[in-house]
Amino acid sequence: MTTATEQAGETPRTHYLNVNYGIRSWLLTTDHKRIGILYLISVTLFFALGGVMAVLIRLELATPQGDLFQADQYNRLFTMHGILMIFFFLIPSIPAVLGNFLVPIMIGARDLAFPRLNLLSWYIFNIGGLFTFWALLHGGVDTGWTFYTPYSSTYSGTHVIAVALGIFIAGFSSILTGLNFVVTIHRMRAPGLTWFRLPLFIWSMYATSLIFILGTPVLAVTLLLLGAERLFHIGIFDPAIGGDPLLFQHLFWFYSHPAVYIMVLPAMGVVSEIIPAFARKKIFGYRFIAYASVALAVLGFLVWGHHMFVAGQSIYAATVFSVLSMLVAVPSAVKVFNWTATLYKGSISWETPMLYVLGFIGLFTMGGLTGVMLATLGIDLHVHDTYFIVAHFHYIMVGGAIMGYLGGLHYWWPKITGKLYPKVWSRIAAVVVFIGFNVTFFPQFILGYLGMPRRYHSYPPEFQVLNVMSSAGATILGVGYVIPLIYFFWSMRYGKDAASNPWGAVGLEWETTSPPPTDNFETTPVVTSEPYHYTRPAEAPGVL
Amino acid sequence: MSSDAISLPAHQFDSLEQQREVASLGMWVFLATEIMFFGGLFAAYTIYRVSYPLAFIAASRQLDVTLGTLNTAVLILSSLTMALAVRGAQQGKRAPMLAFLPLTMILGAVFLGVKAFEYHHKWVEHLVPGAGFLLPGADARHAQMFFCLYFAMTGLHALHMIIGLGILTVMLAMAWRGRFTSTYHNPMEVSGLYWHFVDIVWIFLFPLLYLVGRHG
Amino acid sequence: MSVHVVPVRTYLLVFAALLLLTATTTSVAFVDLGPFNNFAALGIAGVKAALVVLYFMHVRYGTRITPLVLAASAFWLLLLIGLSLADYATRGWLGVPGK
Repeated sequence: MTTATEQAGETPRTHYLNVNYGIRSWLLTTDHKRIGILYLISVTLFFALGGVMAVLIRLELATPQGDLFQADQYNRLFTMHGILMIFFFLIPSIPAVLGNFLVPIMIGARDLAFPRLNLLSWYIFNIGGLFTFWALLHGGVDTGWTFYTPYSSTYSGTHVIAVALGIFIAGFSSILTGLNFVVTIHRMRAPGLTWFRLPLFIWSMYATSLIFILGTPVLAVTLLLLGAERLFHIGIFDPAIGGDPLLFQHLFWFYSHPAVYIMVLPAMGVVSEIIPAFARKKIFGYRFIAYASVALAVLGFLVWGHHMFVAGQSIYAATVFSVLSMLVAVPSAVKVFNWTATLYKGSISWETPMLYVLGFIGLFTMGGLTGVMLATLGIDLHVHDTYFIVAHFHYIMVGGAIMGYLGGLHYWWPKITGKLYPKVWSRIAAVVVFIGFNVTFFPQFILGYLGMPRRYHSYPPEFQVLNVMSSAGATILGVGYVIPLIYFFWSMRYGKDAASNPWGAVGLEWETTSPPPTDNFETTPVVTSEPYHYTRPAEAPGVL
Repeated sequence: MSSDAISLPAHQFDSLEQQREVASLGMWVFLATEIMFFGGLFAAYTIYRVSYPLAFIAASRQLDVTLGTLNTAVLILSSLTMALAVRGAQQGKRAPMLAFLPLTMILGAVFLGVKAFEYHHKWVEHLVPGAGFLLPGADARHAQMFFCLYFAMTGLHALHMIIGLGILTVMLAMAWRGRFTSTYHNPMEVSGLYWHFVDIVWIFLFPLLYLVGRHG
Repeated sequence: MSVHVVPVRTYLLVFAALLLLTATTTSVAFVDLGPFNNFAALGIAGVKAALVVLYFMHVRYGTRITPLVLAASAFWLLLLIGLSLADYATRGWLGVPGK
């Protein structure tokens, strides 16, 4: 229970941030909260790197000619952009930053099941990043983040093995994080915390962890085989000895499609936490959202062939994957309907986290609907490898996943740091991000539909207007991302102290101090109520 | 009981019982990832065997069935000795661990020795994939694919065995120092699980690689 | 402590069974059973694996969740192999090049 002094906003004397100081206490920590912050630093650095690639890409594409970079250099740009953003930012972002911080607290535990493994995960992640960064400094890789053979296995002269190794190593970091989460959620819940009393963020972390555990190893072995073919001529994908390049694609996409659910499920979990808090209303259809999360994790493994409709797989397989891909839209839609129903007749407050998740719902829906379009064989045949695809996945990854990540950061920042950030600037930034995002990526749907192919540094002049719009939007989006960077840093020094429950939200994390003590709670909580038991707005916030 | 023995759970756990269950579940989840890791190779194998059945038969016959069967028996025996070592840990008895752990390691080393011998033979017989590959008869191309898979799968398996030997060395050191009791022996239990898993992978590898179309 | 200590006799019986099954699988491979050779090989391997899992790995005496983890991984592996085979097994059915 929070005390009166804590509700007044006084930081408690000892908490996990000030319990000890010095670089060793951070680099050798086993506290899941500190590890979450270590990940925050790492992924932000990788995001910045990937962002630089994006800036260069959009600069080049402002003119129809390939005048800023040669084709070969441009190939390296979009490849490194994809690799850095996907493997080193999006995939770890919410799970490793917010998940690490929140999972034990939300279930009333003192730490994760394997704290030292957690720290090892962070080191492994950075080692993988180091290999990739080394390759970047030496010219990067030009195969596309998809590494299709035989170009990647035989013909590319770039540092494929270094990057493949980097991703392979970083993959173990996610596997271990997923393992930690699954075991923790199964075995370390507080007394009274049954499965259907868990916060939906935990459900989404659990579902994401299933994908980490069951999908990532297949990518790992595929990259290993790629390296083996390049190094030892163990030509599993080599057509000269009967190998099938398509086998690489099957194995690659078996992981990489579920990977997009790794990126979006956690964001959905964030949305499920923030909507009830800022509508001051119990979530609508809790069990449906919980089941939908697991359904997404499972169904997400059944659709990978939709990335290969024009690659040469049999038409029958393509049809099967097409039907299954339509099916996978259903759980996502269920969630969108439930969130909307939660908002209905709620008492809405327009705090910054809410702005981000409202943006998420709209943009994710657009991205998802275009996904259903793409599942249709006839349409995909025309728009595959065009900017339609690029727009589709950026709507989900940036309009969806990143907005969810930012929303979550803004929601839990007071809990993590014990500080409040400036409300006006944070709202401005959210709006700037939303506008910048749409100006950047909506034109790309049109460009793709009109036939502009992806992964080319030059294009026919009739596409220039839309491309300039997109590049202008990218500038706005970039500004929108820099603003929170500035005020988050500012808040750590000059921000007002946060109360235990600054939002008046419901959840175990709000029942402990901001920041929490090292063992998260004074005494182990006992859970007796349903989740999201929000009271009417007239009563005082924080009263449960 | 040595003073090195652990009698309290780690700070995140409420009891030694919870810690034991967590350790076991953790290793099983890790084994699930290993199943998918090897699984990619099994998928590649299945697809190519279905595609090139005759080449696979011709290639598989180049492997020595006697050595393969022998090696399978060696690994199975090592699983027995491992299970007995873990049993000793469960009973808090030092002697069985100090007897059966080294036995397990020796058997593992024998397995690896036999594999090294087989690999060398393949090298001498020009059956290593690459420019020097040579198999008389029809479909040498696809037979090379078999050997790509053979080396990839048994190579990955051997790597896991080597790691297993490293793990058992650590277990032996800990057992020697009396770190295990009847109430705390999680590292032994999970090491056993790992070792048995590596055995199971071989149980599937053996027929798939050595026993293709042996009749006729 | 709820650690179940398996009797040595059980371990020895399982070991004997495993050796017997190994000998069987090798000898059966030299007998022409047509398509059943594959079933026999995989089936015997499956039984051996089951014995190791149940007794050496203590699953028979453990929690309910362990078989669940195993079943899930086996299911996912079959997914990978099965759906990939859906492509390979149906190539060329349409009689159109490349499909």
